[in-house]
Amino acid sequence: MSAEALIEIRHVSHTFDTASGPLQVLNDLSLDVPEGGFVAVVGPSGCGKSTLTRLISGLMRPQFGEVLIAGERVKGPRSSVGMAFQNPVLLEWRSILKNVMLPLEIVRSGLSRKEQEERARFLLSLVGLEGFEDKRPSELSGGMRQRASLCRALVHKPDVLILDEPFGALDAFTREDLWQTMHKVKAEEPFTAVLITHDLRESIFLADRVVVLSGRPAHAQYVLDVPREGPRTLDNLYTPRAAEMLAILRHQIEIAQGRAPAEEASARPAPSPPAPAPGERATPETQA
Amino acid sequence: MTARRIAVPVLAVIVFLALWELLVWANGWPTYKMAAPSDLGPAFAKYFDLFLIYGWQTLWRTVAGLALAVVFGVAVGMVMGFSRTMRDALYPLLVGFNAVPKATVVPIVALMFVGWHDFNTVLIAFMISFFPIAVSVSIGLSTLEPEYRDILRSLGASQSTIFWKIALPKTLPEFFGALKVAVTLAFIGTNLMEIVSPHGRGLGALFDSGKTNSDYPLMFAVLIALAVLGIVLYYMVVILEKTFAGWAERPAG
Ligand SMILES: Nc1ncnc2c1ncn2[C@@H]1O[C@H](COP(=O)(O)OP(=O)(O)OP(=O)(O)O)[C@@H](O)[C@H]1O
Ligand SMILES: [Mg+2]
Repeated sequence: MSAEALIEIRHVSHTFDTASGPLQVLNDLSLDVPEGGFVAVVGPSGCGKSTLTRLISGLMRPQFGEVLIAGERVKGPRSSVGMAFQNPVLLEWRSILKNVMLPLEIVRSGLSRKEQEERARFLLSLVGLEGFEDKRPSELSGGMRQRASLCRALVHKPDVLILDEPFGALDAFTREDLWQTMHKVKAEEPFTAVLITHDLRESIFLADRVVVLSGRPAHAQYVLDVPREGPRTLDNLYTPRAAEMLAILRHQIEIAQGRAPAEEASARPAPSPPAPAPGERATPETQA
Repeated sequence: MTARRIAVPVLAVIVFLALWELLVWANGWPTYKMAAPSDLGPAFAKYFDLFLIYGWQTLWRTVAGLALAVVFGVAVGMVMGFSRTMRDALYPLLVGFNAVPKATVVPIVALMFVGWHDFNTVLIAFMISFFPIAVSVSIGLSTLEPEYRDILRSLGASQSTIFWKIALPKTLPEFFGALKVAVTLAFIGTNLMEIVSPHGRGLGALFDSGKTNSDYPLMFAVLIALAVLGIVLYYMVVILEKTFAGWAERPAG
């Protein structure tokens, strides 16, 4: 696998100096993301997932170990990365189109002004925002803003797309909509993705590999490969196969949290039964 | 719609003047107790040239002081907004400086730079008005959500690119909020100095000469002229705000 890996994270450990003393966040974390792959990372809150994204994007350097992209050690920010966060962070004083084009003002793309605009318009129509190009972010719904944020992350054709809980603040239906949009975008754009999420259904729906991080300090505790023909339609999320995968992941999360299953069991829906009643929709976990 | 937006405030002013006239007339107050609006017309007419010349002086000194306050305040705000250490170092100094009542500083500056009418007036207008600007810019910059920086930083953008493209425009609404406070303060500063400074100029000096000559209608006329100038200055800032930070205004309803 490592031969074709685009992102390689090798024995990374990181400790923050905080007011209350050193805080070790990552401990000997290793994982690979194959080129063109889609890896979801799940783990307990505060275990270091966002820190991991900052290491991959070069916003931070690990104290120990190394991060390689295309065989090259990441030493600082690189323009071949696109990022989207839970907060869409659109600029209120720019139109949606101008927001999407922002990275092209920084990265040398070799595109003419007209081509840049065409590229932005293409992405916006791909995510279903055609006709909203001239609107201000405040005129859009939360889901639409998140779509625009996704376009901005992709406009400069990054090889690596980093998504840190981009759908975390959306309601369940909007979120499912965006999952499907994500598949559509992935079919058109050749990026390699790392998705941080708290939603296990989201992880198996979008990713072809799910990595469960342990509690802090985090290491890769469990890796689940989602078969190609995995739950790529919403209906498939309710098959016995999907339920099985979700049950495994949920169990791994419980181990990562190190909690007695009896205590907080009511806080999460119980693992879906193998054959759910027709029309049943499990509530996705919405932990901030 | 626009007709209404002009008519309503104009009507309000007329009602206000009428009530004022009525109050003075009903109480039979002499002009030295309180001049009525009808006494003001002759005062304006008599000193019309002086009003124009002095009004202009007050105006440009206020604007000059304010412009200095903007330049200096934004610079200090930037330093404090970007560096924690500088913020910790400068904050107590600024607060202490701002806490000193400017009425006590005015006579000191007046003596220090006696005869330099323009200079000492602009200086006071500046000193009294830069504080809210510095604080608002520093708060605006330091509370910028880290994701905004990260979006550009992850692409390799420099600090100054991040400042011009994101931090500065994002701070503009707070900046204009502070500028509205600052413009009023600068105006007060200018007038304080003009009144206190011996042989001063500007509307403040005109007020002072009204006082010396017991020309009470003149004093009241100056007050009205000051109010008008104050309104003009304030709405100049409002227009600037609409132009540069109009996006921050949420569509109503
Ligand atoms: N720059 C920093 N300085 C000090 N501590 C930090 C810093 N960044 C993160 N931390 C701490 O490191 C831990 C991991 O943070 P991180 O944001 O990576 O977690 P996370 O897994 O993304 O959490 P969440 O699921 O809540 O998003 C947290 O306890 C956080 O408080
Ligand atoms: Mg996080």
